[in-house]
Amino acid sequence: MSNRAGTTAAVPPTGGPPTSGVRRIHLPQKLRNIELALLLVACGINAGAIVLVQLGALGAVDTQLILLGVGLSVLVIGLHVAMRFVARDADPFLLPIATVLNGIGIAEIYRIDIAFGDAGWDSAAVRQIAWSAIAIVAAIAVILIVRNHRVLFKYTYLSGLVAVLLLLLPLVPGLGREINGARVWIGIGDIATFQPGEIAKIALAVFFAGYLVRNRDSLSMVGTKFLGMRFPRARDLGPLLVVWALSMSVIVFQRDLGTALLYFGLFLVMLYVATSRLSWVLLGLGLFFAGAIVASQTLGYVNARFDNWLNAFDQDIYDAVGGSFQLVQGLFGLANGGLIGTGLGQGRPDITPVPQSDYIIASLGEELGLAGLFAIFMLYALLVARGFRIGFAGQDDFGKLLGVGLAFVVALQVFIVVGGVTRVIPLTGLTTPFLAAGGSSLVANWIIVALLLRLSDTVRNHPRLVIDG
Amino acid sequence: MNRELKRVSILTLLMVGTLLVSTTVIQYFAADALNADPRNSRTLYESYSVERGPILVDGAPIAYSEPSGDNYKFQRVYTEGPLYAPVTGYIPVNGEATGIERAMNEYLSGQSSSQFFDSVNRLITGQDPQGASVDVTIDPVAQQAAWDALGDLQGAVIVTEPATGKIIAMVSKPSFDPNSMVVHNGAEVQQTFDALLADPQDPLFNRAIGGDMNPPGSVFKLVVAAAAFESGEYTPESTLPNPGSFTLPGSTSVVTNAGGGRCGGGEEVTIADAIRLSCNIPFAELGIELGDTAIREQAERFGFNVTHAIPMESEASVYPRGLDDAQTALSAFGQYEVRATPLQMAMVSAGIANGGIVMRPNVVDAVIAPDLSPLESFERMELGRAVSQQTARQLTDIMISGVESGAASNARIDGVSVAGKTGTAQNGTDDPYTLWFTGFAPADNPQYAITVLVEDGGGLGQSGFGNLIAAPIAKQVLEAVLNE
Repeated sequence: MSNRAGTTAAVPPTGGPPTSGVRRIHLPQKLRNIELALLLVACGINAGAIVLVQLGALGAVDTQLILLGVGLSVLVIGLHVAMRFVARDADPFLLPIATVLNGIGIAEIYRIDIAFGDAGWDSAAVRQIAWSAIAIVAAIAVILIVRNHRVLFKYTYLSGLVAVLLLLLPLVPGLGREINGARVWIGIGDIATFQPGEIAKIALAVFFAGYLVRNRDSLSMVGTKFLGMRFPRARDLGPLLVVWALSMSVIVFQRDLGTALLYFGLFLVMLYVATSRLSWVLLGLGLFFAGAIVASQTLGYVNARFDNWLNAFDQDIYDAVGGSFQLVQGLFGLANGGLIGTGLGQGRPDITPVPQSDYIIASLGEELGLAGLFAIFMLYALLVARGFRIGFAGQDDFGKLLGVGLAFVVALQVFIVVGGVTRVIPLTGLTTPFLAAGGSSLVANWIIVALLLRLSDTVRNHPRLVIDG
Repeated sequence: MNRELKRVSILTLLMVGTLLVSTTVIQYFAADALNADPRNSRTLYESYSVERGPILVDGAPIAYSEPSGDNYKFQRVYTEGPLYAPVTGYIPVNGEATGIERAMNEYLSGQSSSQFFDSVNRLITGQDPQGASVDVTIDPVAQQAAWDALGDLQGAVIVTEPATGKIIAMVSKPSFDPNSMVVHNGAEVQQTFDALLADPQDPLFNRAIGGDMNPPGSVFKLVVAAAAFESGEYTPESTLPNPGSFTLPGSTSVVTNAGGGRCGGGEEVTIADAIRLSCNIPFAELGIELGDTAIREQAERFGFNVTHAIPMESEASVYPRGLDDAQTALSAFGQYEVRATPLQMAMVSAGIANGGIVMRPNVVDAVIAPDLSPLESFERMELGRAVSQQTARQLTDIMISGVESGAASNARIDGVSVAGKTGTAQNGTDDPYTLWFTGFAPADNPQYAITVLVEDGGGLGQSGFGNLIAAPIAKQVLEAVLNE
């Protein structure tokens, strides 16, 4: 290790594992032991949730799904074991939180399967378990392959390209699929559909982090002062305008308000953290809201979303095709849950349209109550806080920025979905990370967890290297 | 960088805080309003998902719930639907419940405060919630007798116990099958409901306690006579002028007696004979002398002008305010705008039978928890004293003579003395009459008070009258209950 990463150089060095050439102190793996204990608790909660669903909705215990759940637990433990070898100082809370969120999601999806009478491959829960397995394997692969996050820095522009290509995929004729009005899926035959935009958000975070670390000086230092704020030069506006145009084209061509908001919000926050310029944020917000207002006036579906949001209980809007029926039924479901919920398997989440994907949070709110939702929000908050911790304690700017970006994208996505369901903002179609039925979302979020684990391992490594080295 | 990070952290915290607030508002503060929204099918399903308690007659269910295996979890079944429809009512999957299903819903669905600890206990022990059963005061023999006696006529029969106010029979015809209103298909229920609503015979009316109320006609003379005796200025032997026709004051309208001519012979007639023979002219005169206020106050002491919760809400029978002499004269024999339910007339008869004290009418006997422990039992309650014991005695004697040798002779039962009064009320110039009988038996030890209402002239237009059609029905029902 020739220099201490990130402390002096804006561009961190890239290279082999940080421990190469350094004698490691083999302490007992305290963090990993904490993780293992928490993981066992998480798996216990998940098994309990599935049993409760069966008792509540079926009145009997069916071992088949529990066995599938055990399979998942084995995979998660596999990830844990991999980390004992390649990321022994990684954060011990991330994996258990992701596990318990994923498990509760499966239990609730299973519960809705029972209500719909779906079984076998028709069962969304069985597919969710299969996708979870794929996602966890992907996470293991990431943690094994990406031994040092600074490798990603080399692929900044490649990531950007990949993100754009992924976003364009659904627009390719024959490949793209339109579901519920939004063209954000791709499908191969009838076997599986995939939302490439979910993976794109990771590529975008990598690209933003790399790009901003490279160009932060020109973005933050120069500019004209106006109203006590330093505004950027016109020629430096390029990146902002490009991301804005990208977001707007998602709104126009893919008819997906939520994804656009997600990408743009992610960019603004990373831009702000990198440049310390509030003026960027104000400019960006101004651009986005101007675009959104124009879209709401000119695009029927955006306009309808706003109408549904503002006048949800209006009878005409409630009855309209694509009206507020779903939103209002979701609210009824939440109200039915009250403070402590109806109990797993004992509510009626199946009355609300798509209760297992977009509306999983309303389904959980109905059966677990306000108490259960608070617990879920706290799990998310903890997950995001662990990500931000990397930002605070990180040694290199790229790692810090990437950690913040990945954590914030989870937070923002939760906010957009749950805010939409609870009428804080207009409802948009995004998946609730880890909980909602959907393979692409699961794979993307487990990769995010793997990357955060990798980043946190580096953070934990450094102080010891300083003492040791 | 860390300063900005701190701000982003605060922003994220605010986002989390917003969601905590928004979910709290929905799930706690706005929950009641959302649950009460008529579009909220969850609330509806919820009210069905408890095993609703049965409605019992003599320990046998006339309404119960059985597992249905659909979203509602339970299907309501009415064992003898049309017979007991005025009692049970129905609880549809859309629209409003009626009858006991509505009035006792809290108990039947297990939501009443007295079932709170039971429901908490069931929540903890994981037992399915279950509603309490409601035992009604109906006597199956009396109910069946009343149903049979009324035959195909349009009307109602109500039988009560004068001393307790218990309703032991309540029949209304034409009836309907409440089972058709509880199918688990909202559209089908709506269709049935619309058809019943459009039926010109209005089968949905519970004519015993409501519907389009009828003028009581001559049965109201009992109330006017009560007012007269209570005033202290009249006795049954007090006499009134007995002309062959009577021109209403300030009007050219002429009142005649039902049979035409004078009421019996003679220049003057006693109040007792005027009731026994059911003459209109003497009562028109008596009404004017008493004044509308005295008559209204007497009527209200019997329960007019207010609704009664039995626990279903009855229609309030009407004696109007602010009448002039002509209107008072017409009202005195139960015409003009006077309207009464059979329940109300039963309260008049029962009050007289009970020595002047009117009991609160009631159809619920007890509420029994699923573990068979009693939750509530309904004590008899006085509505108040309507007339003195002496007045009650006097009216009873007049009613006995009415059945023995007067206008209510068709209610006579061998070996039992029956007290009664018939009525034949006009509705419009050419409309069929409304026929009444109200009375009680045995007259010396009153066990049952009965009121029979027959609408639409009993199918005879303007040629039917109370003694011809209503009195025999009363006789048939009284015989059945007295022979039990």
